[in-house]
Amino acid sequence: MKAKYLTGSVLKYASLILGAIAAILPILIVFFAAFKTGTEYTTTGPLTPPSDWTNFENFKRAFVEGNMLTGFKNTIIILLISIFGTTIIGSMVAFVLNRFNFKGSKIILGAFLLATLIPGVTTQVATFQIVNGLGLFNTMWAAIVLYLGTDIIAIYIFLQFMNSISVSLDESAMLDGASYFTIYRKIILPLLKPAIVTVIIVKGINVYNDFYTPFLYMPKSDLHVISTALFKFKGPYGSEWEVICAGIMLAIIPTLIAFIALQKYIYNGLTSGSVK
Amino acid sequence: MFSKLSYKQQRIIIIVGFLIVPLGLLATFSFLPVANMFWYSFTDWNGFSEKEIVGFENYVTVFTDPEYFRVFAVSLYYFFATFAQMGIALYFATILSFKVRMKNFFKGVIFFPYLLNGVAIGFMFLLFFQPDGGLDTVLKAIGLDAIITHWLGNPDMINISLAGTSVWRYMGFNFIIFLGAISSIPNDIYEASEIDGANKWHQFIYIILPSIKIIVSLNLILAISGALSAFEIPYIMTGGSNGSATFVIQTVDTAFKYGKIGLASAMAVILLFIVIIVTAIQRKFFGEEN
Repeated sequence: MKAKYLTGSVLKYASLILGAIAAILPILIVFFAAFKTGTEYTTTGPLTPPSDWTNFENFKRAFVEGNMLTGFKNTIIILLISIFGTTIIGSMVAFVLNRFNFKGSKIILGAFLLATLIPGVTTQVATFQIVNGLGLFNTMWAAIVLYLGTDIIAIYIFLQFMNSISVSLDESAMLDGASYFTIYRKIILPLLKPAIVTVIIVKGINVYNDFYTPFLYMPKSDLHVISTALFKFKGPYGSEWEVICAGIMLAIIPTLIAFIALQKYIYNGLTSGSVK
Repeated sequence: MFSKLSYKQQRIIIIVGFLIVPLGLLATFSFLPVANMFWYSFTDWNGFSEKEIVGFENYVTVFTDPEYFRVFAVSLYYFFATFAQMGIALYFATILSFKVRMKNFFKGVIFFPYLLNGVAIGFMFLLFFQPDGGLDTVLKAIGLDAIITHWLGNPDMINISLAGTSVWRYMGFNFIIFLGAISSIPNDIYEASEIDGANKWHQFIYIILPSIKIIVSLNLILAISGALSAFEIPYIMTGGSNGSATFVIQTVDTAFKYGKIGLASAMAVILLFIVIIVTAIQRKFFGEEN
């Protein structure tokens, strides 16, 4: 019995370690290469650590020549506006649909539900014409309006959460003469805070990692975000993998920091955000 | 702000005021494209020309021209890869639901790839699959030189390599969802089963699996639409060359590279229909329990 338990335990840890290696190894190789010089990269194996850990030359080149600086700047702007907009739009819609029962409210809810079924990438064929027609092509607003108008997951997260906010709170505020807007602004919005954290996380991951929206709608190099700035490395740096690796690391580091700092919220956010 | 108005008036103002912008955005960027897509799919539009109605010609092309329907086969790789992905995710979620040393470390490491930028992952694996790259070095170190091949050059291997990358990227998501589902099983059920002499395997088969059955099947069904929609990893890594074009890559190329908007719209409509049918099936079978 004991021996069997021991084998089970060994197998368990062996598989966990194997899983961890599989997850880390590709990242580790990139991490090593990012510190190597050009000749060092071609002469050493991928698993050999760099000789000089203070060689930041590749990072400097990726950051400046590779347009990563612009990428970070644009990503942050788009991220902030999208998250702010999503929170406002999502909470407004959830407030109205949850608190008021009016003609057409079911249809509107259904319309938002239906929109989540539409696979984003394929409809771009037609979305492109609309964005172009509105004169938004090659502006940041292309990405922003698409993030606000097509990814409606926030509305669900808020709607679910609204159920747990008692209507009696609204009613007692109304006895004090509060307007509906005050109720939304002063009572509902502050109570939605945990749901807002979830929305920030889910939306933040989606926007930071999105590739095809900026790729299709903002090809201008001033408008590059992290994804598209990095993607551009493919051509000119085709043979300079050490610079590309530094670029990859630059894209990963903010994610790593956010993950370590917000681990618990990320786990909870994804688990609650995925239940449609 | 408008507390002087009656609640009845306020109600109307709030309903209209709070919904008008979100509904405007929804209509413009979610529904109008779909409506236009249907309309384009019956035309020969190239983006500039007059739109001439061609009936079902575009649909016929997609299903009869091997160049177009061949890509459905590529989706199969991603489809089967999803099963591996679910299996691995379920395995690690189960293990990490019990007592394990350094649980948080393993949980974090296994989940972390899901958070990474798709372009970063694509490049990372381009490097990993290079001749004498990371994968080859590891295989040599453990004496598996014989299976080394051109991971992205060999046409029989390329889709497996790309689907594998996809598994690496998305597995953490399923893992964390399964872990959440398993952790909602009350602890005393395990305790009671232990008194009855159940071992870990019994607990998995008779307690864990039944309680997360729904979420596993839901994820598996989503895999069908996920496999058809595979785009980022193959597009970033190979651009769809060497027989690795997926349905979506083909659609995007048809529209934006070759300017055949009408044909590409027909492809998009087909994908939309498949996704809707799959989702309808999922809702029908699992809707009530959700």
